[in-house]
Amino acid sequence: MSERWETVIGLEVHVELSTKSKIFCACSTTFGGSPNTHCCPVCMGLPGTLPVLNQKVLEYAVRAGLALNCTIDRETRFDRKNYFYPDLPKAYQISQLYRPIARGGYVDITADGVSKRIRIHEMHMEEDAGKLIHSDYGHETYPDYNRAGVPLLEIVSEPDFRSGAEVLAYLEKIRSLFTYLGISDCKMQEGSMRADVNLSVRRAGDAAFGTRTETKNINSLRAIEHAIESERSRQIHVLSNGGTVVQETRHWNDDTKTSTAMRSKENAPDYRYFPEPDLPVIHIDEAFLQSARDSLPEFAEARQARFVSEYALPDNDAARLTVRRETAELFEALVSHGAKPRDAANWLIVHVPHVLKTLSADAESMNVDAAELAELIRRTESGTVSRPDALQVLEALLSAAEPFRVADYIKNHGMSIDNDEGALEDVIQRVIAANPKAVSEYHSGKTKAIGFLIGQAMKELKGKSTPATVHERMEAALQ
Amino acid sequence: MGQFVTEIKSGGGIAVDDTIQVKGYETKAGSRILEGFRPLFSAEAVERLERAGYDIAGKSAVGEFGLDLLGEFAYGAETCDTLRGAAAELVAAGTVKGALCVDLNGTPRRAAALSGVDFLKPTYGTVSRYGVIPCACSGEQIGVAAKTAGGVRELLRVVAGHDPKDGTSLPAETYDYHDGKAAPGMRVGIVKELYGAASDEQKARVTACAERLRGMGVAVDEIALPLADAARTAWNLCLCAETCNNVSRYDGVKFGYRSPDYRNIDELYVNSRTEGLNFLTKFVILYGSDVLSKGRYFTCYDKALKVRRLVAEQVKALFKDYDALLCPACSETEYRPYDIKDAFMTVFAESLFTAVPNLTGIPAMVSGGVQFMADALRDSDLLNLAEALEGGNAS
Repeated sequence: MSERWETVIGLEVHVELSTKSKIFCACSTTFGGSPNTHCCPVCMGLPGTLPVLNQKVLEYAVRAGLALNCTIDRETRFDRKNYFYPDLPKAYQISQLYRPIARGGYVDITADGVSKRIRIHEMHMEEDAGKLIHSDYGHETYPDYNRAGVPLLEIVSEPDFRSGAEVLAYLEKIRSLFTYLGISDCKMQEGSMRADVNLSVRRAGDAAFGTRTETKNINSLRAIEHAIESERSRQIHVLSNGGTVVQETRHWNDDTKTSTAMRSKENAPDYRYFPEPDLPVIHIDEAFLQSARDSLPEFAEARQARFVSEYALPDNDAARLTVRRETAELFEALVSHGAKPRDAANWLIVHVPHVLKTLSADAESMNVDAAELAELIRRTESGTVSRPDALQVLEALLSAAEPFRVADYIKNHGMSIDNDEGALEDVIQRVIAANPKAVSEYHSGKTKAIGFLIGQAMKELKGKSTPATVHERMEAALQ
Repeated sequence: MGQFVTEIKSGGGIAVDDTIQVKGYETKAGSRILEGFRPLFSAEAVERLERAGYDIAGKSAVGEFGLDLLGEFAYGAETCDTLRGAAAELVAAGTVKGALCVDLNGTPRRAAALSGVDFLKPTYGTVSRYGVIPCACSGEQIGVAAKTAGGVRELLRVVAGHDPKDGTSLPAETYDYHDGKAAPGMRVGIVKELYGAASDEQKARVTACAERLRGMGVAVDEIALPLADAARTAWNLCLCAETCNNVSRYDGVKFGYRSPDYRNIDELYVNSRTEGLNFLTKFVILYGSDVLSKGRYFTCYDKALKVRRLVAEQVKALFKDYDALLCPACSETEYRPYDIKDAFMTVFAESLFTAVPNLTGIPAMVSGGVQFMADALRDSDLLNLAEALEGGNAS
C-alpha cells in the first residue's frame, strides 16, 4: 500500500558571468591561477577601498533578464548582505535584495516529452566569495580570493518543478540561453554554474506545500539528480514513519551521495541586508534597454526551425545541433566551408561526439578549425579518404596541441585514395572472373550476392577505395 | 602639542586625520584594532595634495573611528592629559597650514568651533572618499580645516573633483569655489530648534554673528526646521548600522591587532575584538546590528531612510527662500569631560547640531565659532559668508 507522493522543487541558480574583469574592480576573472594572484585592495576588502560597478555586468544582467522574459527594474540598486566567514574579506557580500534587476519571468522547458513553463521569481547581481582550501594534513584553512568579486547572477525560480528531469531540462535551458548570449560558459565543474535545491514532498492531491529543505554544495548535473532523489526519499521516509520534515539547510556530499543537516531555521543567519551606500542607485533608460533587446541573439529554438527550413535537416538533428551555440555555429561554419549540410550534421552528431568520448574530452572545451574539419568531411564523403582513416584524422584534429592542415596529414600518413581508375577496374574484373558462382547468383536475382563481391574487392584494394565507389563500379561491371 | 599628534613629521604642511590613509604611515583610525596597519595606498585627497606640491605633515589623532565628540576616546588617549580636536588644535597653533578631516558625526565642526578655526564639510560626493577608513559611508565626507576661509578654499580646490574610484563621486572634474554669491544681499535663517537647544554663550555667539551679518547687508531672520530632532535620530541610526557593518571586517587575522591570547580561531576573533575595540564602538556595533535585524529593519532602518528623504525635502524648501542657515555647531563653548560609559548618549545628544548635513549631504561650514549650512553644491556661498565675516582677508 504505497502512497503516491509529489515532489515540489524550487531552484536558486548561480551563474558566473564571463566578463574579463571582476564586478567592482579591474582584477581578472580567469579561472585557475595561483591562489591570491587575481586580487587587489578592493576585492581583498581592505579598508579605504570602494566598489565601482563594472558596466559590462549591468549590460549582461539586463540581457539575461530579457532572455528569461523578466521585467527589468528601471531603478535598481545593490544591498549589503552581512555574513562573517573567512571566504568573504569585507564580512559582507554586495548583492541585491530590495530592488533586484529583474523580476517575474519564465522559461519553457520540455522534459520527458512534456512541455512546461517554469516561472522565475527574480534575478539579481552579486559578487562571488573567495574559496577556502582546507589542508589535507593539519587543521589549516587557506583562503584564496581569486574568485572574490567575480560577477554572479542568481536566478530564483518559483517552486514549479515536479521532477529531477524538469530540473535538468531547466538547467540545460538556462545554459543554452546564457551561452547563446555569450555571458557565461555555465560550466558546473568549474563552478561557473551552481544550483541550490529547495525541495519538499506532499501526498498526491494535497493542495498545501510540505515543509521544504534547501540543499547546497551541488557541483554537477549528475549530483543534482542524485541530490534530488536522495532528499525526496529521505523526506518520504520521514513522513511515512509519522515524522515531520524540519525546515533546514542541508549540505550535499557527492562522495557519499548523502546530505547532512547544516543548520535549522532557528539557527538561520540574519543577513541584516541594507542598501549599499557606496554604490548609487542605477537608472536604466529606454535607450539602454532597447539596445539590450536589439543585441539578443537568435536562440536555440529559432535556430532549430531555421536549420530545418534552410538546410533541410530533420527536426531531431536540428534540435541536437542547436543545443549549444558553439555547435550550431560550427555547423554553419562547416557548411560555409563547403561541407554538405547533411554531412556536417552527421559528423557533429555522430563522429565528433564519438571521438571526443574516446579522447575523454568534453564538447565544452573542444576547439577545432572549421575550415580543416570541413576539408576532412568533404574528402571523406567524396571517397578520397576511407572512413577509418578519417576518424583517425579527426582524433588527431581534436587532440592536437598545434593546428595542422588536414591535407598535409592525409598525405604524410599515406591515407589518400588515389582513385586510380585503371587499378580499380583491374581488381573488379579479377574478382568477377574468380567468383563465377556469386556472379551467376547475382544475375539470377539474388542481388545480395554483390556484397560478397564488394568485400573481396575491398580486401584486394587494402582500403584504397571506399565501399560506395566499389559498389558503384561493381554494379556497372555486372550489367 | 605632542599629545595631539599621532605622527607629525614636519611643520608647515597639511595634517591628515588618522581616519584617512597615507601610504607609509600607520593608519589606526584611533583604534587598537588597526594597530600596525600600514595602508598599501594613499587616499585620493592626499594624493591630490601631494601632486599639487603640498607636504603631508603627518597624521592627526582622532577618537576611535571618529565616533566620539572630539577624539577623547582615541586608543592610548588615557595616557594623555588632553587629546581633543587634534587637527583643529594643530591648525590653531599654526603647526600646520591646514588639515584634512573626516566629518562623519560633526567632530571636525565641533573641534573648529571650540578652537576658533574654519572647517568646511563640503557637499557629499565632491571630495573622493577613496582611502577613508569607512564607518558611515552614506554621509561621511572629507573636509578641510584652515585658519581662514581663504585657506579652506585653497585646499578644497585641490582635493575636490570627480574620482572614478569612488562610485558616489559627483561628475564635475573640478570646483572653482570662487563662484558664490556675494554676502551682502544674502538671506540667512537662524535655525530655531538648534539655537534654542544651545547654551546662553552659544546663543550669544549666534546673535552677535547675526548682528554683524545685518551690518553688512545680509537679511537674517529665524526659521523653523521641525525635523531637526528626527534628523539626529535618523543619522545616528544610519551611522550605527553602517559602522557595525564596516568594522566587522576587523577580525585580527589579516592585519591590525591580534590578541596574543587564543586557543582557536573563534577565540582569536572574539579576544582580538574585545581587546581591540572600545566601549563606545561596541555600543555602536550592538545598536547598529539591532536596527538592521530582521524584526527591526522596517520599523527602524527603513524608517530612517524615509526620514532622510523628508529632511532633505524640508531643507530644500528652506533653501528656496534662504541662501544659508545659521546655528551653533555644538551645545556649549567649552568642552566638558564625560565618561565613556555615557558616550553613546552624550554623542547622540550633541549630534543634534551637526546631523542634518551628514544625513542630507549638504555642505556645512564652521567659522568664528558658529555654523552655516547651504544647499547642495552651494559650498562657495558658505566660503563667501565666512570670508566676509573674517574681513575678506585671504589666508
